[in-house]
Amino acid sequence: MTQASGIANEQTSTPLSSSKSITLRISRYNPEHDDSSKFMEFSVPYERWTTVLEAILEVKKHFDHSVAVRYSCRQATCGSCGMIINGKPRLACFTKISELNSNVVTVEPMNNFPIIRDLAVKFERLFDTHQKIKPYLIRDDTELTSDEKEFLQSPEEVEQYIQFANCIKCGLCNSACPTMATDSSFVGPQALAQAYRYVADSRDKGKDSRLKIIDDSHGIWRCHFAGSCSQVCPKGVDPAMGIQLLRGYLLGFRS
Amino acid sequence: MRESTIMKIHYGTALAAVALVAVHILMRLTQGFAESLEYESVLANYKFIPYAIMLELILILLSVHGFNGLRVILLELKQGRLYEKAVSYGCLAAMIALIAYGSRTIIMTNMGMV
Ligand code: HEM
Ligand code: SF4
Ligand code: FES
Repeated sequence: MTQASGIANEQTSTPLSSSKSITLRISRYNPEHDDSSKFMEFSVPYERWTTVLEAILEVKKHFDHSVAVRYSCRQATCGSCGMIINGKPRLACFTKISELNSNVVTVEPMNNFPIIRDLAVKFERLFDTHQKIKPYLIRDDTELTSDEKEFLQSPEEVEQYIQFANCIKCGLCNSACPTMATDSSFVGPQALAQAYRYVADSRDKGKDSRLKIIDDSHGIWRCHFAGSCSQVCPKGVDPAMGIQLLRGYLLGFRS
Repeated sequence: MRESTIMKIHYGTALAAVALVAVHILMRLTQGFAESLEYESVLANYKFIPYAIMLELILILLSVHGFNGLRVILLELKQGRLYEKAVSYGCLAAMIALIAYGSRTIIMTNMGMV
């Protein structure tokens, strides 16, 4: 079976042969026995295409396998690898070392999320608020009749919400939001953008119930137009715009 | 009250205040700015009914706006059922108290009681 072993001989990480390297500073913290976080520094080689996630995995492979990081798809689709990279919330798999223009790359866990360990944070609040706004089509006719196979939409109707449907639930917007930092009950930009995504969908009939949910003392009105959510969203969702459009319904400018 | 109703009042009072404060400033600029706070001129202003009504309206608008703004700040600062109840009723009480005290001054002066 020499053939099979030949095929399986796969390169599983970037080779340590690059002439360029950066200092990767990783925030380390285990809430179970650390009082505060501290940085560990590693010198990591990189190529023009190396992502921050690959650099972290390089550290795990060659220097310290105990670094905690969450990732899955490595292609900005699963929303797992959000973290603060050189001070800004970004996806580690969607950020190239070369684009940061810095010899030092500092990675920290996302703000406004409780830390599990190192770079891995708890997503419970994000999932709770996301679920709270009923992120699904609400209709009276739950069963399709035999001659109706699908709910048709015109391209214009799709345009109304499609940008907001790109959300991957990475939480970077919630991490950047100043209200999220102090108001532990705030519904947050991620959930508000999703509330708009469904309210603006011509197939959906749940507008009134969703608007009622977000029209709360810790709901949509606790957004103060900072706009940082939209600046950091890696998928171009623009939660801040979704929030303003939703406000239009509540203030009577849209119906 | 629904939060959207409260915020409509918040934005509405802000807009109305911009208009009325503009009139207020124009009045002051045209009626001798330097003498604005002299005893006799303050008394005269309160006795001029249309202007006194406008001052009263500004008092109400900005008290409502300001104390609701304070409520918002405090709700975002800390959370908890009891705390939030205290903040909401506390701000409402302070709002009413300030309007009552300010109105007392305007009405008493207007009626020549000082
Ligand atoms: C007349 C001019 C004014 C305008 C146009 C105005 C407008 C506004 C607006 C639009 C907000 C909401 C901001 C947000 O949701 O982020 C706000 C909040 C607030 N306002 Fe005013 N306002 C004015 C005067 C005042 C005055 C004179 C006071 C003090 C008595 C005041 C106190 C507050 C407070 C405490 C907040 C809450 C802070 C916040 O939500 O950011 N405002 N104002
Ligand atoms: S709106 Fe953008 S930043 Fe926020 S969770 Fe969705 S994809 Fe991430
Ligand atoms: S690993 Fe899936 S978004 Fe980065």
